[in-house]
Amino acid sequence: MGLGAYIAVSAALFGLGIVAIITRRNVIYILMGIEMILNAANINFVAFNRFGDNGLDGRMFAVFTIILAAAEAAVALAIVLNVFYLFNSIKPSEADLLRE
Amino acid sequence: MSQENLQRAFYAVLGLLTLGALGLSLFAAGAVGLAFGLFAVMTLGGGLICIWERSVVRSAFALMSTFTGVAGLFVLLESDFLAMAQLLIYVGGILALILFGVMLTPPDMEERRLSRVLPGLALVGAGVTWVSMQVAATANWAVRSAPLDGKADGAISSAERIGVGFLAADQYVVAFELAAIVLTVALVAAVYIARRKRADLEPEPTGGGN
Repeated sequence: MGLGAYIAVSAALFGLGIVAIITRRNVIYILMGIEMILNAANINFVAFNRFGDNGLDGRMFAVFTIILAAAEAAVALAIVLNVFYLFNSIKPSEADLLRE
Repeated sequence: MSQENLQRAFYAVLGLLTLGALGLSLFAAGAVGLAFGLFAVMTLGGGLICIWERSVVRSAFALMSTFTGVAGLFVLLESDFLAMAQLLIYVGGILALILFGVMLTPPDMEERRLSRVLPGLALVGAGVTWVSMQVAATANWAVRSAPLDGKADGAISSAERIGVGFLAADQYVVAFELAAIVLTVALVAAVYIARRKRADLEPEPTGGGN
């Protein structure tokens, strides 16, 4: 399979992540959408690294993306828990303390 | 259309699309194409089910299929170390974190509305088709088809090269240390943020509680 097939899969996964973020009003779904988008970016990094001529850079980028995704998931879930304690809801539209 | 019929129709269409994609990839590129089609279907089908399902738990488990499919794509791209890290960190770690989040927050069954999901899916389908056609029509990358590691570099595996790259002073050691610091700070901060304050736990706060 060539480079184009991987790019197509990555683009479709990116789009699905965007749909998950836009259509849901639940923070958990937004987190899932972000994970899908990060995975799409990782596929692109590794595919370009495999088919291009640039040493190891793409894979290193993918490794650091995975590391940052782990840190992001932990911090985001801690924030979600706190938002739930504060507002009794995990809809992002209801966390509007600064508006008042 | 009732909810069950809608669900049945969605999975029927998904199954047909899966069979079509597998057949097409088998026809186009043989065994490797079949493996690629399988992993691509796992990736995209998991994402579709994640968007479609109304229950958060089902969406989270559909996301497991997505992550596993991406790991398979990494294997096809000759990045065995990344595939292993993907399985360990995403399937084993991040998915477990998401499930913890699901269990610690209230369920929201009336979430998905077709009027919101279907236009989004149509838009994404059109966008992906357009991008793919643009890529196929205009892109002209210097594509190398020989395998990256193993045979060409004297039987050094991808994992070994990445490990050497992490620790060699002239390659990625600074980024490696920075990643370690980021992980430490982020995880300690996550524990601190997620901890319930003492005032919330005591029935009558007596002052001095944090």
